[in-house]
Amino acid sequence: MIKYDRFILANGLRVLVHEDASTPMVVVNVLYDVGARDEDPKRTGFAHLFEHLMFGGSVNIEDFETPLQLAGGENNAYTTNDFTNYYIQLPAENIETAFWLESDRMLSLAFSEKSLEVQRKVVMEEFKEHYINKPYGDAWFKLRELVYLRHPYRWMTIGSDLSHIEQAKLEDVKNFFFKYYRPANAILVVAGKTTAQQVRELAEKWFGDIPAGEKYVRALPQEPTQKEARKMELTADVPLDALYKCYPMASRTEPGYYIADLITEVLGGGASSRLHQSLVKEKKLFSHIECYHTGSVDPGLVVIEGKLIKGVSMAAADAAVEAELARMMAEPITDKELAKVKNKTESAIVFEDMSVMNRANSLAIYELLGDVEMMNTELDKYQAVTAAEMLDTSRHIFDPLNSNTLYYRALEGPGPKENTQK
Amino acid sequence: MPVTKLHKLDRTVAPPIKDAIEFELSLPPYKKSVLSNGVEVYAIDLGDVEAMMVSLIFDAGNSWEGKKSVAAAANTLLKNGTSTRTAFDINEHFDYYGAYLNRAAHHETAELTLHCLNKHVGELLPVVAEILSESIYSQEELDIYKKNSQQRLQVNLKKSEFVAGRLIDAYLYGADHPYGRYSMPEDYQALQREDLTAFFNQYYRNGACRILAAGKLPADLIPRLEAAFGSLPMHPPAAVSGLPVFPILPAKEKKYNIVNDANGVQGSIRIARNFPNRHHPDFQKVQVLNNVFGGFFGSRLMENIREDKGYTYGIHSYLVNNRQESALMISTEAGKEVCAPAIEEVYKEMNLLREELIGEEELQQARNFTIGAILGDLDGPFHVASRWKSILLNGFDVNYFNEGVRIIKTIGPEELRELAIKWLDPAAFFELVIV
Repeated sequence: MIKYDRFILANGLRVLVHEDASTPMVVVNVLYDVGARDEDPKRTGFAHLFEHLMFGGSVNIEDFETPLQLAGGENNAYTTNDFTNYYIQLPAENIETAFWLESDRMLSLAFSEKSLEVQRKVVMEEFKEHYINKPYGDAWFKLRELVYLRHPYRWMTIGSDLSHIEQAKLEDVKNFFFKYYRPANAILVVAGKTTAQQVRELAEKWFGDIPAGEKYVRALPQEPTQKEARKMELTADVPLDALYKCYPMASRTEPGYYIADLITEVLGGGASSRLHQSLVKEKKLFSHIECYHTGSVDPGLVVIEGKLIKGVSMAAADAAVEAELARMMAEPITDKELAKVKNKTESAIVFEDMSVMNRANSLAIYELLGDVEMMNTELDKYQAVTAAEMLDTSRHIFDPLNSNTLYYRALEGPGPKENTQK
Repeated sequence: MPVTKLHKLDRTVAPPIKDAIEFELSLPPYKKSVLSNGVEVYAIDLGDVEAMMVSLIFDAGNSWEGKKSVAAAANTLLKNGTSTRTAFDINEHFDYYGAYLNRAAHHETAELTLHCLNKHVGELLPVVAEILSESIYSQEELDIYKKNSQQRLQVNLKKSEFVAGRLIDAYLYGADHPYGRYSMPEDYQALQREDLTAFFNQYYRNGACRILAAGKLPADLIPRLEAAFGSLPMHPPAAVSGLPVFPILPAKEKKYNIVNDANGVQGSIRIARNFPNRHHPDFQKVQVLNNVFGGFFGSRLMENIREDKGYTYGIHSYLVNNRQESALMISTEAGKEVCAPAIEEVYKEMNLLREELIGEEELQQARNFTIGAILGDLDGPFHVASRWKSILLNGFDVNYFNEGVRIIKTIGPEELRELAIKWLDPAAFFELVIV
């Protein structure tokens, strides 16, 4: 049971406080309700580039990092398709430094041309490091475009193309900031060695006079229901054939989310999961296979991806995966499997919530989803799932007309080059 | 009404801070017990969550293997079958109780670590004990492992950062040293069942072990550990390690440019020099110097090469966590066309530290950041256990931790410049770029 206090400032900023006197630290977490899904299709990657610019100085504070480090703090941020999250951890005595820094960059950025120029380059290097210079690094660009025809999950958080980042202008940065980075569109969570009273005073003092801004109302194109199996093939300079299969699933707040989550556990959770046991260990068709879901706020994907054993045909591997899915659709999972995936879920939640930082982050996300109390009711929702529901939902998700399959083939040719020491 | 409406808030002035020097840092102690077979248990009882960790740490790293890749294989395959349970049975058992049984093999040690909810520990420890006495390493499991490891290696060899990490270690220590040698496909191919059973028998079943436990520990933890492990033939590590001292033979040539992928768009840069181990009096002092140099986000390398020039997504420097001999390593991935200027800037930053004194504010920033990071890192039983692990395995006691904190709080700019002159001489570094 995670306890919290919740209040809203006059400018619309939602504030959550989670007291934990057992740590000497506090975490100050600010989540903005904007992610890659809110981008213009011609300017993708902008929400993430913008996250970098949030460290380039604000209207009254030239340098974000130095004062924070002087206060013994560390910080980071991340951007997803759904939202952007910033967090600071620092010794509780210096809590006010975090309020000062976070409130000033919510008030306004410095909008420095130099910062934009440098961070464009940094993000382009990040793009190269993670998606170009890695075998299979482009797979998800292709998959998203295959699965999402209209919804902006069609592109990656990093952006669909390097040129979009290259072309970002300071004017775009300003417009983005004043549209999305307003108190009405933000959630502040403070957790650790603090009190609700202290946070209330500090929040009023530092965030209270920031203009509310206009609440951003999201109206994204929705994805039409898929009605035909989709397939894509590509060949690249990689050592092994890889198979990817994606199936649309429920949104984060629908009951089907919990069921789909447990289905992916049965198929891909750990070395006793069905896909690993059947396809890696028994049939020896894959050297590695996993099943997970994207967990997104809008309807996400159940994903199966694996690397084939050299010599195994893509068709045989695909058919073997489909046979396992057919099993999920034909008969209910056993009581033991059901108990196992529920126990695993319980344990995963307990271990995740051990860190104050994770607790702060989760509170912010549940508030974003519409009800912070979900943090305390999640486990019950998992516990209530039945094998019959999982059978039913499997039949829906793994309907062959829902499938999106990518055959990622290895270029035929000489074997891998040996590396010499010179 | 809030006071902010009465007095205009001056946002240009930073709120007062408590300086890191004033923070008291103390490492929560462990409680030591000894099982009947002499194996020592270090227990850290902390926190209020009903969850725990038990880590069995053996002298079973790759320094002990007589044939390449045996230690890693013996460790990974610990979960793949005993005389009474198949790999599936074992995996299903731990998964069923929502527990994690992780394996890890390092250079000197190798571990088997259980994380679980307290309520299930009774079902799990006996199976851990069974693994440590009755693992069989079946031919079928070994064949799957050999094939899949070779395939994984093939994919990794396409990544410049993976290849760079292997080669720089080989330059620093020599390709035959346990720190410098790396696996090729034929090494996996050459693994025999007998290699693994013999290694298991000597280094796990009859091996040298110590146990680290952490969490909100149950009152009957020691009786439980005694019941599971106390009568097994494992024993405590000898006072004087039987490990031979491997000669360190650094490469003669210092600079390397390698093309791994002709279509690569980035270079993996590693710049490194040999550095003494944690027992050298300079070690903890150079950690402070390193923090200023490239140890955190506000460091000089990050400020210059990422935040000013945009050559890379990240650049870091660190002291490698090796027991016999460490290394000072600088690591980054930079655009192919900016690798040369990025390297030049790294050397420029070394020379600046050798020539000019670090300013008071910058030093205070690094100091406070480091103290804050340690304070944050002492949060929770598993983090505390990981600090203790490093201290104990390197043969230290709590004084090492306290001395480290004292150094962070007191070391001055002159001494740091002396250390930079001694340890940051560009001529002493290996330089590797792999595209």
